[in-house]
Amino acid sequence: MNDTNWTVLGVFSLLSVLAVGGGTAVLPEMKALTVTSHQWLTDDQFRNIYGLGQIAPGPNMLMVIVIGYHVAGLPGAALAFAGFFGPASVLAFAASRVWNRFEGSPWRLSVQRGLAPLAVGLMAAGTIAIARTAITGPATIALAAAVFGILYFTRTNPALLILAGGVAGLFLPH
Amino acid sequence: MSDAQAPGASSRAPVALPDIFFTFLLIGATSFGGGVVAYLRNGLVVSKQWFDEEEFLSLLEISQALPGLNATNMAVVAGDRLRGPAGAAAAFAGITLPGSLLVFVLGVLYAANHSNPEVNGVLHGVAAASVGLLAAVTLQVGHRQFEHLRDIAIIAAVIIMVSVLHLPLPLVLLIVAPIAIFLYRPHPERPLAPDRSGHDNKPAD
Repeated sequence: MNDTNWTVLGVFSLLSVLAVGGGTAVLPEMKALTVTSHQWLTDDQFRNIYGLGQIAPGPNMLMVIVIGYHVAGLPGAALAFAGFFGPASVLAFAASRVWNRFEGSPWRLSVQRGLAPLAVGLMAAGTIAIARTAITGPATIALAAAVFGILYFTRTNPALLILAGGVAGLFLPH
Repeated sequence: MSDAQAPGASSRAPVALPDIFFTFLLIGATSFGGGVVAYLRNGLVVSKQWFDEEEFLSLLEISQALPGLNATNMAVVAGDRLRGPAGAAAAFAGITLPGSLLVFVLGVLYAANHSNPEVNGVLHGVAAASVGLLAAVTLQVGHRQFEHLRDIAIIAAVIIMVSVLHLPLPLVLLIVAPIAIFLYRPHPERPLAPDRSGHDNKPAD
């Protein structure tokens, strides 16, 4: 493994254990590390790769595979995947086995209640991070607002709206 | 911890590994557009009946409290409950395989076409639409939090630290997590009610 490969593994392993509140919560840090610190991607590339992750089924954060591929080819893709999903999965496996021992502990509830607003704050920050690269003018504001309104007030399949966003994107001014 | 299976697994009839793998593979291949947790509930509780609602919520609680994606954490924890470490590995492989393959193919295609204006336009539109989706999901998940002053203060502090001050995430967690847990420390007179808001619409990650 060369230095770049180790760096890819290190960056995504760090992000893995920091993802308190899920994938969206870690987007600002992922953007800071991949765009600003290591300069692997431009803002627009980060946004587009996030979009690729939204098109595929399953966990959206599989986008890390594309970032890894972009940086270091096939090994980079594999290392980004292993780094991002490995540590958190091993932790989940180990922690779930001891979790039930704290069944009666009042602190277990304190941790859950305390981390809930932290996670919501991080999700909001993740939304802002994507908005800063994706919202570029009146057309994209209208698109995001329309999707928000439809999802918040009706029961519509989000996948349809994401696809509609892609079609609308063909007509965005560039 | 000497037995192969996690607590709670002994009362259940063993589930075959291929059955676990293909069940999670189906969920991984069909969960488009977010809300993987809803697909998991449908597959594990409704269709396979491997868990009842109460067990499913307890799995979800563990998955949300830990770092990592809810979807993959749930696959690991549920697979472990069903069939020990091998079950956890089968569930994880199943839920990530379809999306990984598709994302990889899309990534290779994108690498070859990254200066194509149509490709960039479509992905730009998808990302803009995603902002609306993320905002809606954040509000739905957080609607219970937005009613309490303490929670609103924590949420605002986190947004300012991350989005305005651009502090590194480890630092934000080190500062905010202990304070937030302390604010909700156990109180002998007023026990906390379990907060199960947002369990049906957690993000897909």
